[in-house]
Amino acid sequence: MRIGVLALQGDFALHAKALARCRSASRDRSTGEASPPVDVEAVLVRKPEELEAVGGLIIPGGESTTLLKLMDEWEFVPAIEKFHAAGKPIFGTCAGLIVLARDVESPRQFSLGLIDVAVERNAYGRQRDSFEALGTAILEGRRVPVTMVFIRAPRIRRVGAGVESLAEHGGETVMARQGSVLVATFHPELTDDTTVHRYFCDLVRRAMATA
Amino acid sequence: MSELDEIRIADRKHIGLAEMLKGGVIMDVTTAEQAKIAEDAGAASVMALERVPADIRKDGGVARMASVTKIKEIQKTVSIPVMAKARIGHFVEAQILEALGVDFIDESEVLTPADEHFHIDKFAFRIPFVCGARDLGEALRRIGEGAAMIRTKGEAGSGNIVEAVRHMRAITSGIRRLTTLSPEELMTEAKNLGAPYELVRCVARTGKLPVPNFSAGGIATPADAALMMQLGAEAVFVGSGIFKSSDPARRARAIVQATTHSKDADVLARVSEELGEAMVGIETSKLAEKDLLQTRGW
Repeated sequence: MRIGVLALQGDFALHAKALARCRSASRDRSTGEASPPVDVEAVLVRKPEELEAVGGLIIPGGESTTLLKLMDEWEFVPAIEKFHAAGKPIFGTCAGLIVLARDVESPRQFSLGLIDVAVERNAYGRQRDSFEALGTAILEGRRVPVTMVFIRAPRIRRVGAGVESLAEHGGETVMARQGSVLVATFHPELTDDTTVHRYFCDLVRRAMATA
Repeated sequence: MSELDEIRIADRKHIGLAEMLKGGVIMDVTTAEQAKIAEDAGAASVMALERVPADIRKDGGVARMASVTKIKEIQKTVSIPVMAKARIGHFVEAQILEALGVDFIDESEVLTPADEHFHIDKFAFRIPFVCGARDLGEALRRIGEGAAMIRTKGEAGSGNIVEAVRHMRAITSGIRRLTTLSPEELMTEAKNLGAPYELVRCVARTGKLPVPNFSAGGIATPADAALMMQLGAEAVFVGSGIFKSSDPARRARAIVQATTHSKDADVLARVSEELGEAMVGIETSKLAEKDLLQTRGW
């Protein structure tokens, strides 16, 4: 399967690399459990028509104001809405989450509203307040350790009723899913751990099987 | 293997912020109004400074860190990361910028150096640093001191891309050369480069710098930005090029587009239309050695 990575601005190359790592089998260091190789190819997306060739889309970390500006210029907003309406999964990290959220604060700005959460931008502070933490995600009913790198990260201030919280840090949701939309306030693509990307690949695989 | 094999480089969260800026444009601004124009145009970050390099070159005198008041105003005005410059070796300016909560410090040759022998120990700070480099050895020395991002020095304030091209080509061809060397050649190469051996080994193995590699110094047009991206830059800094042009907002938007779509000549042609006058450039080969900014630092 092919998964697009929105390559307008941000750490899109790291997401493509993370998907490439999913192509080989991995073994969980703590449980020894093996993850099979995933048949996935990353495609960098710079024009809306390039979305037609992919089954899922990752919106990377970067600057959300820059991303929105570049998305606007190329009419990505209707294209992504159509992509979502077709049931194709979307995964947003950090700025990608901000772009996908229902409501955005500090400052208020346009967002796609494809997941019912409210986010506050740069809510931990400036770069000196960026941090790493070891957290736990609950994926498919299993508890899995995840290294979380928070960089000028947003905080999810409200989680809508239809939204499932998949991971918490300090009692707050930092990863969530509503149907085909997955979001994280941290950056799994900055670590070697492919757990979160494998989970997203699985969402895409299942969506393609039912399409 | 022993613990001595560990290479110390900048924190992952700091290199991570540089990763988030990739494919973006970092714009020099001297006022809150300019910062707003830059953010509205799609800048990924702004660099706060007292005078743009072209004015520093023209006016002369000692160029220092921007005023605290100005930095605070800019921080209040925009939501994107705010960078600021500290003089080479001036670790107290860096301490002040850290206290202000600046997101990235540029230890910059554009300002008048404070120390002729030593750069700042960047590991001593809780915020990341970007440093200029003219070649691979200089890039690796700065990374060895803890820089989380490297940028070409180019020749700031010249509006002439030739020096940035020279520096980017020197860095990328230096990297390519390392990947062709046998293990026994690497120590001699480290000596010749004046670079930490462990970092030389790391680059020889991976074929890239361990931190993002951006470009700065002389970018004045969308074509200049795209040229640097095609030569291997992962993002660009634009100094005097925007606010010394006749229509800064329009030029800023065009450079943002050109950086994202650097390989798409149709897009480049479209965004290059009707931009007004670019900044006036300087023939850098006619500059006297003493007037060059790039030879500051080592």
